[in-house]
Amino acid sequence: MITLSDIPARSQMPLTLPMGIFVVVMATAPFWLARVGLYQYLGVEIAIWVLFAMGFNLLFGYTGLHSFGHGAYLGIGAYAFGLFQHHAAISLWGGLFAAIAAASVAGAVVGAFLSHRRGIYYALLTIGFGQVFWFSAMKLHWLTGGEDGLLNIPRPDLVIGPWRFDLNDNAVFYWFVAAITIAAVLLMWRVVNAPVGRVLQAIRQNETRARFVGYDVWRWKWLAFTISAAFAGLAGGLFSMAQQSAYPDVMSLHQSGIIVMMVLVGGGLVSFWGPVLGVVLYFVARDVLGGLTEAWLLWYGLLFVIMVMVRPEGMAGLLHVLLRRTSGQVSTVKPEKA
Amino acid sequence: MALFEARGIQKRFGARVVLENISLAIEAGTVHGIMGPNGAGKTTCFHVLTGHHPPDAGSILFDGNDITGLKPHVIARMGVSRSFQMMNLFDDAVVIENVMLALPAFRAVSGSPLRETFGDRHLVDLALTVLDQVGLAGRAWEKAKDLSYGDRRALEIAVALAAEPRILFLDEPTAGLGAQATQNLIRLIQKLRQHYTICVIEHDMRFLFELADTISVVHWGQVIVEGTPAGLKANKWVARSALGEVA
Ligand SMILES: Nc1ncnc2c1ncn2[C@@H]1O[C@H](COP(=O)(O)OP(=O)(O)O)[C@@H](O)[C@H]1O
Ligand SMILES: [Mg+2]
Repeated sequence: MITLSDIPARSQMPLTLPMGIFVVVMATAPFWLARVGLYQYLGVEIAIWVLFAMGFNLLFGYTGLHSFGHGAYLGIGAYAFGLFQHHAAISLWGGLFAAIAAASVAGAVVGAFLSHRRGIYYALLTIGFGQVFWFSAMKLHWLTGGEDGLLNIPRPDLVIGPWRFDLNDNAVFYWFVAAITIAAVLLMWRVVNAPVGRVLQAIRQNETRARFVGYDVWRWKWLAFTISAAFAGLAGGLFSMAQQSAYPDVMSLHQSGIIVMMVLVGGGLVSFWGPVLGVVLYFVARDVLGGLTEAWLLWYGLLFVIMVMVRPEGMAGLLHVLLRRTSGQVSTVKPEKA
Repeated sequence: MALFEARGIQKRFGARVVLENISLAIEAGTVHGIMGPNGAGKTTCFHVLTGHHPPDAGSILFDGNDITGLKPHVIARMGVSRSFQMMNLFDDAVVIENVMLALPAFRAVSGSPLRETFGDRHLVDLALTVLDQVGLAGRAWEKAKDLSYGDRRALEIAVALAAEPRILFLDEPTAGLGAQATQNLIRLIQKLRQHYTICVIEHDMRFLFELADTISVVHWGQVIVEGTPAGLKANKWVARSALGEVA
């Protein structure tokens, strides 16, 4: 089976073909979304979830640390953005900064408890902490508005020099979100190919060996968790702008499970781009299947089960095999020994 | 003064005492052998010396510093490097990446998020030099898990060497190797001994008698005999025991 470490180990190119496709598709979406029967807001959702999923995969796929409570950090980002607008100032950058900061702090604190653990204990603790945050969001009525959440979160104008953009315009808002997502994804691409990313992958492959060549594994695991929480927080800030509200549901175990499914179905374990495919498939399935049947999530779940059974490398792995076959290229990866 | 010294090491797992009382002294520039039957506690002893397990009693000195109870990564950074009996590689990574990760020069830049890993000619060359020492330079861009068993053993040593150690602990480097591969390994260690202080666990006595300057025989978690190969051969107890039969 191919793995993440196959992804262009020797490539020194800052830009690759998938990167080009990603940027072009993201940048042009408002022009063709409606023509293929979709709508503007779907683009916003996809862009936000791509950001969330890619940041999550730094932890899940690259470092091999299985968090099942990551929705919490998205939620914390969303609340932080909203609270900042309501209590501090109406400020776009202030709100996004607050979202990143709050999620990072929460991630750093939780990460400190998690990073001694591995395997199932790690996963269980992430669920536990996720539930604590979700429960707090439900119960701290004075802060979070309880089950109803924070309402009427404004979308402050984007001001760049002399220009002022009204983000209440959905197309403008989309481009804003897409620009942030593209920038974050470019940054993550650099990070995973830099020594930082290599060390994280080394820890996934063999924690003990990493320790014995001199890496403080605890600190690296903590760092991976904190960084992925920070990206989740940014995604959460954008999400609260998109929804103009923040509510506990995104922090639920169920939502945290969906991000895991997206990443796995897309092929986050074998490809940097896997989460993007997974997110797109999820939302398109939701809208297309969802238009046909109320039980679309059942079909999606079934797809997930089948995928895990027959193609654990997900869509990215499937694509990898198909491309190789059609281009008639000789396989450089030896077939898996049984 | 010895470069590396263990004094009265004791290690228990629950009620089970695995190391009763181990004392060793390894002089700089020598090859020290540890031998003993399976289950004697040799690997556990390495685990304790390199920080994997803290000892329950005793102390460990490296170059005059007390390193007892320090974390493995701290001990590793001081220049104590090791290989594993059960191979421990970064399997999905290519051969050269296994080595690069262990280079102190790589570790020094490991925090920089924007550097291109394989774009740094200096690091790549350093790693290739290490691979060349164990004869793996030609395999640099193959995946570790695709290597033959013998090559994986060699890579295991390369990773330990990449750390620029002042002392090298090798845990049964010949385990599972055929006669030819074992000979190659003996030649490699003969070459390495010119630059490194080495402590090697081995239960093949011929191997140790050929390589080691001093040998400790471990049994039941204790050093039962120690000395030079010549001294051990003359030792009646060793000669008569099952341990001596191969020699
Ligand atoms: N983590 C552990 N917990 C309990 N017992 C252990 C542990 N590690 C090793 N042992 C026991 O210690 C004894 C010595 O093992 P080991 O050091 O691997 O021997 P050797 O390397 O000399 O063959 C064995 O009986 C083994 O079962
Ligand atoms: Mg052993």
